Amino acid sequence: MFYRENGQFKTSYRADQQIFAIAQDRWAILAIIAFAAIGVPFLVDEYLFRAILIPFLILSLAALGVNILVGYCGQISLGSGAFMAVGAYMAYNTYIRIDGMPLIVALLAGGFFATLVGMFFGIPSLRVKGLYLAVATLAAQFFCDWAFLRVGWFTNNNASGSVSVSNLSVLGWTIDTPVEKYLFCLGFLVVFGLLAKNLVRSAIGREWMAIRDMDVAAAVIGIRPMYAKLSAFAVSSFIVGVAGALWGFVHLGSWEPAAFSIDRSFQLLFMVIIGGMGSIMGSFFGAAFIVVLPIFLNQFLPAVGALFGAEISTATVSHTEYMIFGALIVWFLIVEPHGLAKLWSIGKQKLRLWPFPH
Amino acid sequence: MKLRQLALATVVAAAGLSSALVPSVATAQAKEQFFPVLVYRTGAYAPNGVPFANGYVDYLKLVNARGGINGVKLSFEECETGYATDRGVECYERLKGKGATVFQPLSTGITFALTEKAPNDKIPLITAGYGRSESQDGGVFKWNFPIAGTYWVAGDIIVQDIAKKLGGADKLKGKHIALVYHDSPFGKEAIPILQERASMHGFKLSLLPVTHPGVEQKSTWLQIRRDRPDYVVNWGWGVMNSTLIKEAQATGYPRDKIYGVWWAGAEPDVKDVGEGAKGYNAITMQHGAEPNAAFVKEILEKVHGKGQGTGPKDEVGQVLYVRGAMSAMFAVEGVRRAQERFGKGKVMTGEQVRWGLENLDLTQAKLDALGFKGVMRPVSTSCQDHMGANWGRIHTWNGSKWEFSSDWYQADEMIIKPMVKAAADKYAAEKKLTRRTPADCQS
Repeated sequence: MFYRENGQFKTSYRADQQIFAIAQDRWAILAIIAFAAIGVPFLVDEYLFRAILIPFLILSLAALGVNILVGYCGQISLGSGAFMAVGAYMAYNTYIRIDGMPLIVALLAGGFFATLVGMFFGIPSLRVKGLYLAVATLAAQFFCDWAFLRVGWFTNNNASGSVSVSNLSVLGWTIDTPVEKYLFCLGFLVVFGLLAKNLVRSAIGREWMAIRDMDVAAAVIGIRPMYAKLSAFAVSSFIVGVAGALWGFVHLGSWEPAAFSIDRSFQLLFMVIIGGMGSIMGSFFGAAFIVVLPIFLNQFLPAVGALFGAEISTATVSHTEYMIFGALIVWFLIVEPHGLAKLWSIGKQKLRLWPFPH
Repeated sequence: MKLRQLALATVVAAAGLSSALVPSVATAQAKEQFFPVLVYRTGAYAPNGVPFANGYVDYLKLVNARGGINGVKLSFEECETGYATDRGVECYERLKGKGATVFQPLSTGITFALTEKAPNDKIPLITAGYGRSESQDGGVFKWNFPIAGTYWVAGDIIVQDIAKKLGGADKLKGKHIALVYHDSPFGKEAIPILQERASMHGFKLSLLPVTHPGVEQKSTWLQIRRDRPDYVVNWGWGVMNSTLIKEAQATGYPRDKIYGVWWAGAEPDVKDVGEGAKGYNAITMQHGAEPNAAFVKEILEKVHGKGQGTGPKDEVGQVLYVRGAMSAMFAVEGVRRAQERFGKGKVMTGEQVRWGLENLDLTQAKLDALGFKGVMRPVSTSCQDHMGANWGRIHTWNGSKWEFSSDWYQADEMIIKPMVKAAADKYAAEKKLTRRTPADCQS
């Protein structure tokens, strides 16, 4: 009843092709962004900001990047952690080696170098597909782990191989409180989210999807596989690289290659699969699921134990957390193989009729 | 369809329950000094993390059994980091909100991350025996306290013991020492001090990294078999240590020529190998297997005797257990010292605890009273020196237990001090920090 497009007539092509064709969607998105930017800072405490919201925003951004490659272009990649690492380390190097380097430029430079590395490791995608490509991109992961551990230049020859940044500021605005960090990340996410949404509806996005659905057929109708695949790698790695730079600069403040290990690559891939392949919305759902759920379980289980008067040891909580988390992943994939985003769209369909389904 | 509804119901119920429960937990503590306990009881490093955590928690329980700190009871909460930096940061944020006034990150990676956060939150970090070695310099690292030793101290003492076994530092010339290290900031901490010593004495140092978690060491040992270094220094932990000893056994490398860092010198590392590890050495930073120490007996009586013990009873007094208890003791004594200045019987803030840790003066008499007689030497920190003691001993596995095999060594300040200063200055320059003024030291 509330979610219907009845009566919303489009009188121009422009109106027909806008991002959110339904007025309710438009308003909902605007309201969500406004709430995230204005409402949340007043409602949320420091713990939620630093431990949940900031990681969630940054990993959503990374998942968005991975979704473009895996979900839209169908190229399975296990190198996302590596591209994050490239973003973080190259942003670090740009930031400290060039005097007076603005923060945002440094972060984008991280993304730029991640693009180069991503395209380089994307070259095998022209010949190999599916699982074989996953294994080929795994090479990126191991190569980057190796490079950042061994090559002293990347870590400014720090004895321990760990690097750190602090005193972030943009045009005189010092980013040190959690609220400021949150807003900073939110800004990036909104810009890149809109960018990605527009990209996937454009000609290039359609090329990616054509390649994903059947590359031979796509080639026959005149889509250049090399251009489509490499551009997907480029756009994806750029976003992932910026996310990596944010993860290092804003969230951790100090990091080592282990922060972008193979686990991170798997985590990002899971986010995309659970959230919904080929859906911008799904990236956010997936990130929320992977970031928030383990922390939630970790705090929820002892509380439940206390309710029944039982004290659960830290190790048990941690093991149970893994078990429940794993079971939920399997369960979600069985119930809804298309991810949480599909559940969302089913919900929207139902909402059109609700509350008068007949 | 039914399944889906069931799921929805569970999620809603869980969310409701948790929102109802979490505040009630938070309000439960008042007028207590809260100690956060970052642990890793799961993962590749759990064999070492568990006894440490048990010792830490048992000591806090013992302090409560003794009547608290001048009457202030301790409360504590564990948080599992699994040695992952991001989970560690989450734990930090979570426990910080519950009134934590001193953190022990228990991981080099988490230490690095928290070093950036602690000054803003005004919470001191104790990294007893680990963390970043240059944080000994209190002039730059105001909030870090690597009390009673760093990895540089450990590395220095290991070289001293090797020199002694050879019959003098001049005998080191032309020798070959191989450092097998965990390829992480933790493992790399050892490199600068060993390089410094190598150039000083003229021995050859080869660096052999082992990737996380350390079960794959075949190529490393192939290299050792080929080069036959005179000594091997093991900078590993968790599963890496027992793997290393097994590989040494398979290679036929004499175990008494291997030295481990203090994370690589406890019962879990050698007991699986048993006799095969006989002769394996490791450094201890004022801790060790101390089943007869007074505080260990007190824990057995007042904590385990009352059924309050955290882990198995036979673990009490083992190497890492003692290490955990000792780390807890530093935190507790820091609070006690702060109370002496800011009011006995009061709950201290992070800034006050920082002062307490900076002015820690654990004399032998105080240590004896705490039950650490024969275990530790005095520790005394100051504004410039956040370490407070740089002594260590070597202990050796005799096939069934750890025994001290050397006298006390003191790390060579002439070597370490300039290194600490240079590294701290580099950090300060990168961060655009200025050294603390003498006036700041008084506050």
